[in-house]
Order: sequence, then structure tokens, then C-alpha cells
Amino acid sequence: MQYMCDIIAGKILTASESESQFISKAFASDLMSDVLMLDSGHILLITGLSNPQVIRTAEMSDIKTVVVGRNKKCSSEMINLAKECDITLIESPYSIFKISGVLYESGINPIF
Amino acid sequence: MNVKFDIEGGNFSSARLASSGVKKMLKQLNINIQTIKRLVVAMYEAEVNIVAHAYHGEVNVNISQDQIKVVFQDHGPGIKDIELAMQEGFSTASEQVREMGFGAGMGLPNMKSHADTLNITSEVGKGTRVEIVCYLKSKQSCLQHLFTMH
Ligand SMILES: Nc1ncnc2c1ncn2[C@@H]1O[C@H](COP(=O)(O)OP(=O)(O)OP(=O)(O)O)[C@@H](O)[C@H]1O
Ligand SMILES: [Mg+2]
Repeated sequence: MQYMCDIIAGKILTASESESQFISKAFASDLMSDVLMLDSGHILLITGLSNPQVIRTAEMSDIKTVVVGRNKKCSSEMINLAKECDITLIESPYSIFKISGVLYESGINPIF
Repeated sequence: MNVKFDIEGGNFSSARLASSGVKKMLKQLNINIQTIKRLVVAMYEAEVNIVAHAYHGEVNVNISQDQIKVVFQDHGPGIKDIELAMQEGFSTASEQVREMGFGAGMGLPNMKSHADTLNITSEVGKGTRVEIVCYLKSKQSCLQHLFTMH
């Protein structure tokens, strides 16, 4: 997790306490219904949206790690909600394309 | 077992309380996680729809031996053409709703694919009723069960 965070110049805002943090798959989207459509849980979500809806959507989809890219800042409401839902929340200054590329190169797979 | 939640239209910060509450309950009841996820995602889409498109509503959840039935009833503008609304990509969401990552017109199709049965009825100018059912045993295993019984 720390390594993954380093390569995207990320900052961990809150870390999940329960999950063992091994992630093998990721998905990138700004559309929450697209995220809700996925069958696979326990993936990494990369998004350029920074609002509490992202965390709520992650909660419903069993997503435990969310990376907010494009240098968007997360509100304290968002961070508190992530804590409450036991979700790891990371901010990164990189674009969604770059985050996806860097993580793909490091061995994280797409879900499709 | 029955539970009821109120849903406030326009209030995005409370849009998840019902889905989240039901999720916790079902986990405690040790229901299969795939079933929980299917139901909760369908519920969440319906809940967000009330927040995004209606004024207020309520949801009744009934959990029995073999199925979970969730009925959303809202007061709102209603849906004129349900068949059209069910199509992927159809949305009348406002700019504000889109900024939050919704409004792709995928919610209703998504509900249909996650639920075992979905029934929508609506009266324009009054409101919309959405009924979602998820079976606790897969239909397949129910059929098999029947088959071995006879
Ligand atoms: N409870 C409701 N009351 C009134 N209209 C509704 C309701 N639910 C859905 N609709 C109408 O049906 C359309 C399609 O709904 P659907 O959930 O598929 O998409 P959306 O909510 O617009 O976007 P998304 O769900 O992808 O974020 C909505 O844009 C709206 O016009
Ligand atoms: Mg919707």
C-alpha cells in the first residue's frame, strides 16, 4: 500500500483498519453508476470526483480503497465518511490517465 | 422481519442511510455476500433516484426465509414513460446531480440486472413505486430442491 501510494505521489488521508491491503485489480471512472454496475468487489477505485458520493458508492460496492486524482482535494466530510466506512482514501496530484498507467505498469490489473 | 426508512429528496448527504442500514443488518444475519451486494446496489440506485428526482419517499424492507423484498414509494414528479426511463443512457438529471457523478442514465438498468425481480409503477405528478426482490436461495437451487423432492 505504501509503495503503491509512493508511485502515484499519493497522500493517505485515512487508512482502512480491517482489510489486508493487497490489491490486484483497479477500475477508473467518474460515473458512479458505472462503478455500481461492477460485479467485482474489493478493487481499487480511481476517480477524478471528490465528493462524499464517491465514498458512499464505494461502501455499497465493497470497494475498500479509493484514489482521488487530478489534484482534487477531499473535504473533511469525505474523509470522515471514509473513516466511518473503513475505506482507505488517497489523494494524488496526477491525472487519472497517469495514475492508471503507473499502477498498470506496477502490476495492477484491469477488471476487464 | 420488517424495517422502514424515510428518504429525503434533494438531500445528498443522507442518501445511503437506508442502503447502508440494510447492508449492516443483512451482514449480521449472515446472508451470502453476493446476495447482499446485489440487493444493496439495487437499493442504493433506487435511494439515489428518490434523492435526485423526487421530493421525499420511504422504503419498506421485508426479510423472510427465502427472499428480501424492498419497496420504495416516493412523492415526486413520477415517470411518464417507464420503458424509456429503463433504457441505458436515458436521464433527466440536473446539472447539480451530474456534478456528483450521477445522471448517466444507468441506475434503472443497473437495478434490473442486480435484482431478481424489479417492478416499477408510477403516476405522473404523484410519485413512483419501485419494488425490488432478491431471492435468498438461487432460483437454480430452488428448482433443484423441487426436483429432488418429487
Ligand atoms: N423516483 C423517481 N422519480 C421520478 N423520476 C425518476 C425516478 N427514478 C428515475 N426517474 C427518471 O428515470 C430516469 C432514469 O433513471 P436512472 O436511474 O436510470 O438514471 P439517472 O438517475 O438519471 O442516472 P444514474 O442513475 O445513472 O446516476 C431519470 O433520469 C428520471 O428522469
Ligand atoms: Mg439513477
